[in-house]
Amino acid sequence: MNAPAPNSTAPKVVGAEKIKVVVSAIVPLNNLVTRFEFKRAGGGQFPTFSGGAHTVVEMQDGDFKRINPYSLMSDPADRDTYAISVRRDDQGRGGSLFLHQRVQVGATMTLSSPVNLFSLDLRARKHLFVAGGIGITPFMSQIKQLDAVHGNWELHYSCRNPELGSYVDELTSKHAHSVNVYYDDKKQLIDLENLLDGQPIGTHLYVCGPKGMIDWVRTTAAAVGWPDAHVHHEEFLAPQPGKPFAVRLAKSGLSVEVGEHESLLEAIERLGVEPPYLCRGGACGQCETDVLESEGTFIHRDHWLEDDEKSSGVKIMPCVSRFEGKTLVLDR
Amino acid sequence: MSAFKFPESILSRPVYGILEPRPGKSHLMISDAEGAEAILGLAVRTPHLMANTHIIFIPNGTKFGTKLQALNPAQYYEGPSYAAALSRIQRVLSDAAMGLQIYLAGTEGMMGQAQNEAMQAGYDYTAIQTEHRGSVARRMQCVHCKGITEDVIIDPFKCSHCGLNLFVRDHYSRRIAAFQGVCIDAENPGNVPPSTELYS
Repeated sequence: MNAPAPNSTAPKVVGAEKIKVVVSAIVPLNNLVTRFEFKRAGGGQFPTFSGGAHTVVEMQDGDFKRINPYSLMSDPADRDTYAISVRRDDQGRGGSLFLHQRVQVGATMTLSSPVNLFSLDLRARKHLFVAGGIGITPFMSQIKQLDAVHGNWELHYSCRNPELGSYVDELTSKHAHSVNVYYDDKKQLIDLENLLDGQPIGTHLYVCGPKGMIDWVRTTAAAVGWPDAHVHHEEFLAPQPGKPFAVRLAKSGLSVEVGEHESLLEAIERLGVEPPYLCRGGACGQCETDVLESEGTFIHRDHWLEDDEKSSGVKIMPCVSRFEGKTLVLDR
Repeated sequence: MSAFKFPESILSRPVYGILEPRPGKSHLMISDAEGAEAILGLAVRTPHLMANTHIIFIPNGTKFGTKLQALNPAQYYEGPSYAAALSRIQRVLSDAAMGLQIYLAGTEGMMGQAQNEAMQAGYDYTAIQTEHRGSVARRMQCVHCKGITEDVIIDPFKCSHCGLNLFVRDHYSRRIAAFQGVCIDAENPGNVPPSTELYS
């Protein structure tokens, strides 16, 4: 193979490498959650992944391309199938509704190669999982990964009621002694302080669920002396709607109006400018963008920038953050 | 002797801070020689920690033992050497639960080895607090014969195992809890610069 010429204009790959897939099964689990299974288009095996990884799913919805991250919840050792479980969000921006209502078995779609922002710390002596609702999905693949090596883990899984307890039966029948399920409707709460007390040294704590649960677990663990390095969390943010605003891209020499239901990143991509990304949920840091000029207020919503970076107004994460004001000029 | 400020060096070289109280269910404080002063300082600022604190102290000829005992910690142990204290340290770590805070104060050799024990118990090294006090002598590994020479205070020095003349590097191994010593006259045997005391 020849080396590319120095001035080669090979297309820039944005985000992780793309994989063409065919929807091989759609399995409704309950009223809200459906599992989508994929095979590689044209056959062949998927890349391996590690428990906790996500894939970014591209959905062509008319003229609009929706791009959402979902945790892979299949067995990391199974290279024939990838699976995601998606909770329908009727108030969301439409990605989950598109999957639930418009995608059928046999459809071709595009996924990204797996990216893991919530991996197991394999130095741990014990893995303690706390899941809330659809936050169970990364733990499904992590549990399969750990079981293959007889890992030491324990799950505390909180759901609204038995009907909405996705995978409760599978988990409790296979792992009766490692899985503890709590139902909100029955007023069953995780006794967190008691749970954290007495865990052997070398235990790592992982939490995935609603923001309130993540904050509660992290704050409680810190207060009883758990080091940050032993506490892991994953929370993807969905971009929130907001007032439309104008943005100018200095490098590209283009301007665009960001729509009410569109993210800044999506508006930039609509112009054909492609900032790097991996998670599109304010966590990975890839799309960090320098602000060259601004007159107005930033609405920072990401988990990436430090507080001083947010208040200084020199950086923005266009995947989830917005702006209100007169002028915004970005280094794109 | 009080705190020594190490000059800035390569990324591999450990850096030390000042012990500060952190919330926790229990506290393990390990110190040697003048490291006791850091523990005493911490206890003066936060005496309430002591009710849940286990102090392990290696005096190395110093007289801080009585003062440490007077802090009235939940448990107090004094060992004649690190090697003698090691089984105690390992036992305390193996029985420990999360919520333990670890504080190390004293020489680099002791702190490095105790940190290594905590890491082996599964405790993340970034969560261990350290404060350097006392001697700046180092625990060195000869990269050639792999033998460890303790309390190296001159550079270059002779490996106590294979006898090579070793240059004292700032390159540090957390896994071995030692700095790396590299033969200084490999190209030109016998051409060894005169030794000087570290940081003199």
